[in-house]
Amino acid sequence: MELLLGTGNYLVFFLTIVSVYALLALGLNVQWGYTGILNIGIAAFFAVGAYTSALLTAPATAQPPGLGLPVAVGMLAAMPIAGILALGIGLITLNLRSDYLAIASIGIAEIVRLFLKNEEWLTNGVRGMAGIPRPFAGVEVFGWNAGGALYLGLGAIIVATVFIALQILYRAPWGRALRAIRDREVAAEAMGKNVLWFRLQSFVLGSAVMGLAGAVYAHFVGFISPEAFAPLFATFIVWVMLIAGGSGSNLGAIVGALAIWAVWSVTELLGRIPEEPIAGFGALRVFLIGLLLQVILLLRPQGIIPEPRE
Amino acid sequence: MTVATLKTVTPMVELAQLLIYGVVLGSIIALGAIGVSLTFGVLRFANFAHGDYMTVGAYLVLPFYAVLQLPMFAAVLIAIAGTALMAVTIDRLLFERLRQAGPLVLLISSFGVGLMLRSVVQMVWGPRTLVYESGIDLPLRLGALRIKPDHLTIIGGALLLVLTVHLLLTRTRIGKAMRAMSDSPELARVSGINTAQVILFTWVAGAALAATAGFFLALDTTLLPGMGWFFLLPVFAAAILGGIGRPYGAIIGGYVIGITAEFSTLFISAAYKPAVAFAIMVAILILRPTGILRGN
Repeated sequence: MELLLGTGNYLVFFLTIVSVYALLALGLNVQWGYTGILNIGIAAFFAVGAYTSALLTAPATAQPPGLGLPVAVGMLAAMPIAGILALGIGLITLNLRSDYLAIASIGIAEIVRLFLKNEEWLTNGVRGMAGIPRPFAGVEVFGWNAGGALYLGLGAIIVATVFIALQILYRAPWGRALRAIRDREVAAEAMGKNVLWFRLQSFVLGSAVMGLAGAVYAHFVGFISPEAFAPLFATFIVWVMLIAGGSGSNLGAIVGALAIWAVWSVTELLGRIPEEPIAGFGALRVFLIGLLLQVILLLRPQGIIPEPRE
Repeated sequence: MTVATLKTVTPMVELAQLLIYGVVLGSIIALGAIGVSLTFGVLRFANFAHGDYMTVGAYLVLPFYAVLQLPMFAAVLIAIAGTALMAVTIDRLLFERLRQAGPLVLLISSFGVGLMLRSVVQMVWGPRTLVYESGIDLPLRLGALRIKPDHLTIIGGALLLVLTVHLLLTRTRIGKAMRAMSDSPELARVSGINTAQVILFTWVAGAALAATAGFFLALDTTLLPGMGWFFLLPVFAAAILGGIGRPYGAIIGGYVIGITAEFSTLFISAAYKPAVAFAIMVAILILRPTGILRGN
């Protein structure tokens, strides 16, 4: 019974993290999968969403003080704030070549990271923000602590809602226009599509979804610090997830998040088997996840669930 | 330190001192940016692993210098050769096969390569800060100015390499072929240039410059697995500022960014120094997206 509960709790924890990554991968899919926009600064939008929701919802007694608003308000606000950041950077770079945006997005991630670390009055710096409200925390059902499971339920509903909305957009003329821009930019322009405007919409929408992912993450863990938004976990793994799952496919983004996070978690558990921690084991896992990306790019670039052909 | 010596630090001296730091930083950025610009010009893709090539170059000096006790110069040459070999191998194993998939897929792949190299460095040398040798690099005094010998090495070494690159691009057959391929790949191919050879040589030159830049960076600061990754932004900013694919522009861009970053500490918190490169890049992207020397 103990073991069963432990496994159950681990599974809930695992799936909640998968929900956060699924949202990040869905956001990236709108940008890269739909439109061919290279965003290497996912961490920036993820972090801005997390801090926005945290600052709006934390109690006034917290350090730094929050506004004490409901969690739903925080989650909803995380999207436009991350979107505004995307709008600013997109206006400058989206009419340039895609690799320039990739470089600029690294710059944005770096500046956001420096801001979170140095502006202690707002973010409490490297010590991070504690006391972020966690919905359902401590709720008991028949004596069982159901808080985690209930929050997972909320996360799943959010992922499902975003998934359905993005599926509708993908099939709509809007989605078709984005794919036309991705595959044949010159032709799309000749057809009278305002390429910059479509690109901007796609970049802002994708970043807003990443901001939402940040809010879901913040209210899950209850504590955030700049450390949590390092490029490895917040950017690189999301790219591997989307490419593994299938760029252009929303279902692929979710499956990729599940598959890659499973690989990542299983390898972590393997490292716990020996009594002594193995030196450099963490780095080896990172190396292997990088290798996995290369193997997928070489052998199955379309991913597990390829984008449907029309 | 007496009151008399303190008084000699006039604003002019302070500015001159900042200029020296700026030129040192600029030299390192410029070497990195030339490499990025060369590989971009010839191969048409932004290599996001370039910063980590710098890291590998810097760390490869360690075993030959600190362990085998070879002279510094020899250790650096071996590190350069090792980094070049690595760059060529990565191209053969990976980038060459992905070239038909397009420059954006190559960019994503190189992003992954950079991460893999960082983990290898961490597995071999550990995650902690290292130095080539402990002890204080006593500054030379030039009137009221103080210059560290290491800084002279970096500035002089960078000038020598910049001159070498210039001679290579203008006086040698392969250098001219590189420029031709950078200007127009199709034209270069039909005019009988051996593109495979040019690509090979571009990687060797780019990696050699990266390794030297990494060595200089570690000499000026410390060795850290993430050192090159954090340097990628100023390096790319310099390459874009100069006009991507234009090695001479990259040199100008490197020094502009290095000097501006140091002088910025007069006005803004030093914590935001890394953001200066980005601000300059954004400004050039708005005002003149092709860079100073009209890149491709």
